Amino acid sequence: MTFKLKSAILAAIAPVALMASAQAATITISCGSVGQDFEFCKKHTSEWAAKTGNEVKLFTIPNSTTDILALFRQMFAAKSTDLDVINVDVVWPGVIKDHLVDLSKYSNGAEKNHFPAIVKNNTVDGKLLAMPWFTDAGLLYYRKDLLAKYNAKAPATWEELAVVAKKIQDGERAAGNADFQGFVFQAKAYEGLTCDAVEWLTSYNGGNIVDADGKITVNNPSAVKALKTAASWIGTIAPQGVLNYAEEEARGVFQNGNAAFMRNWPYAWSLGNGKDSKIAGKIGVSALPKGGADGKNAATLGGWQLAVSKYSKNQEAAASLVMYMTSPEVQKERAIKGSYNPTIASLYTDKDVLAANPFFGSLYDVFTNAVPRPATATGLKYPEVSAAFWNATHDVLSGKTSAEDSLKKLEGKLNQVRRGKTW
Amino acid sequence: MNQKPRTAWLYLSPMLLVLIVVALWPLGRTIWFSLTDANINDIDAAKFVGLENYFGEYGLFANPNYTDGFWESDWGISIINTLKFSVVSVTIETLLGLGVALLLNQEFKGRAWVRAAVLVPWAIPTIVSAKMWGWMLHDQFGVINQWLYDLGLVAQKVAWTADPDFALWTVVAVDVWKTTPFMALLILAALQVLPKDCYEAARVDGVHPLRLFWRVTLPLIKPALMVAVIFRLLDALRIFDLIYVLTSNSNSTISMSGFVRREMVDNGYMGYGSAASTALFLIIGLCTVAYIRIGRMKLGED
Repeated sequence: MTFKLKSAILAAIAPVALMASAQAATITISCGSVGQDFEFCKKHTSEWAAKTGNEVKLFTIPNSTTDILALFRQMFAAKSTDLDVINVDVVWPGVIKDHLVDLSKYSNGAEKNHFPAIVKNNTVDGKLLAMPWFTDAGLLYYRKDLLAKYNAKAPATWEELAVVAKKIQDGERAAGNADFQGFVFQAKAYEGLTCDAVEWLTSYNGGNIVDADGKITVNNPSAVKALKTAASWIGTIAPQGVLNYAEEEARGVFQNGNAAFMRNWPYAWSLGNGKDSKIAGKIGVSALPKGGADGKNAATLGGWQLAVSKYSKNQEAAASLVMYMTSPEVQKERAIKGSYNPTIASLYTDKDVLAANPFFGSLYDVFTNAVPRPATATGLKYPEVSAAFWNATHDVLSGKTSAEDSLKKLEGKLNQVRRGKTW
Repeated sequence: MNQKPRTAWLYLSPMLLVLIVVALWPLGRTIWFSLTDANINDIDAAKFVGLENYFGEYGLFANPNYTDGFWESDWGISIINTLKFSVVSVTIETLLGLGVALLLNQEFKGRAWVRAAVLVPWAIPTIVSAKMWGWMLHDQFGVINQWLYDLGLVAQKVAWTADPDFALWTVVAVDVWKTTPFMALLILAALQVLPKDCYEAARVDGVHPLRLFWRVTLPLIKPALMVAVIFRLLDALRIFDLIYVLTSNSNSTISMSGFVRREMVDNGYMGYGSAASTALFLIIGLCTVAYIRIGRMKLGED
């Protein structure tokens, strides 16, 4: 009796449910866990869930991008259906291209509103594998109040930065803050160090590890100079501990008022000006310094995309969630409340966005001209190239090897990673 | 008469089946993978390459691209790091464990409580204790640096987990903290079953306590000590979690297991990583055999 009744009811409501929006699905999404990633993700995914009648589960991932990629590759190798929507670092499309769904049939051309360079980065073999979500570029954060106190300007070159940082550090330490540091950045042996070091190399015109044709260019005098300069900071203006700092460790020191300068991504702006920050309202942002007078400003291109796993059982609903999360409305709210850089050009002239993040306007060129890491040239082998590079850099920074020896060794190692003529 | 072995096999079969599924099959698969060029991106496309991953142009051993010699390659460094870590940490743990066990073997009030308390570090999951020590050793906010600094022992706060001069030894120190209780417990168990009459006789004869320890206690607990050390050595040679969580994972602290994980998971070389994993298995086997041989030799001299 009851069984019959149940199936009768099911038969009656099934067409209605189908009309509503396919059938209700449960979509699992991974959003990231740095800064405010998780809170925003929860808010926006539940908005989408309420709109479409689907359910969303959040998947917690590690902090470090290196660990996230490792986790995803294992899940892909097992053809896991646990994850539907995944967050994709800007350097990954070439690495995980075989495991993502072509989004162009779901996007209705929405990708045309996003920065073309990022859309191009996310398009492999003519397939749009991921939708741009937010973009990132390395920035120099400084303490406006301290620069004024010591009569200094925001530094234009790394050499100036070292002088100013030393002056402020000595002054603040003499004034009683023994833990005060001149400059903090990311120098732990992980992807973040590759980002920082690419900025140093490029700012000294030292190339980008591997050039666009796949030639290994890293062993050159300008690159040696760049790494030597960076190594000279350790123990003088930066604590030895930066050798184990990722983004959040650096932000911890800066936001506690214990550093004059910090290299970090835009997300640190809104947190640094948050209610619980000791330095709210005292932060200035500029482009990263040039490498000497002949150098140039360089910021590494970062940022994240959203993509749908090929092994997802609900690809259509997952794609709809991706399109919602990358829409102008969501990007605008994330920009205002979390200083996540939109990937849609028109949002950079939006009044509300600029009021919350004045530097989005003044540093617009930094964001559009950011230097990509050599992920396109090295394809599937990028993670290995990057690891070899950050290990070589870490050895120089920690004083274990000289810059000359380390880069020479790296060149040999990269040749070995390449295994032949092409990557 | 034929019935008995058959019944034995019948009773053993569930256990054998489990062993095949959880030990033999993964091991065999790893060895098989080590003979292929499998990549995590598409495991089904793997091709058989023979011993290429071990001795080939880009293999683990005899690689012509190791311009600075084998011991300067990442694989060579990870072997040295692992051996260094294992020998130093197991030695310290054995000595400290022995000391703690001798103390706990004495009669005193509240002994049961102290014995339970000593076990606490061992009971905490490694990841948790590694994170905890990571914070305590933090170069800016860490409590250990604060104490050293307040006592005037260091002029500058030390980056214990980042500085390559300290990182490996910091890992050793945390491992000693964590596993000394394990050693103490095993040795204590051996001490508890020692025959009391030997000690009675020694006391009557007025033998010096140190002499008593060297001549009576140590030889009697030696078999148990050997087993305890072997357990620890096997564990130490496959160290991974502590290093992975505590340090910056650069080449200066990478262990063999860390190398295997990096090649297999980060870089996606299932084949090459499996070869390293198989080599790790053989190296651990070799160390164990060598250790047992050395132990037997000394036993023979006695």
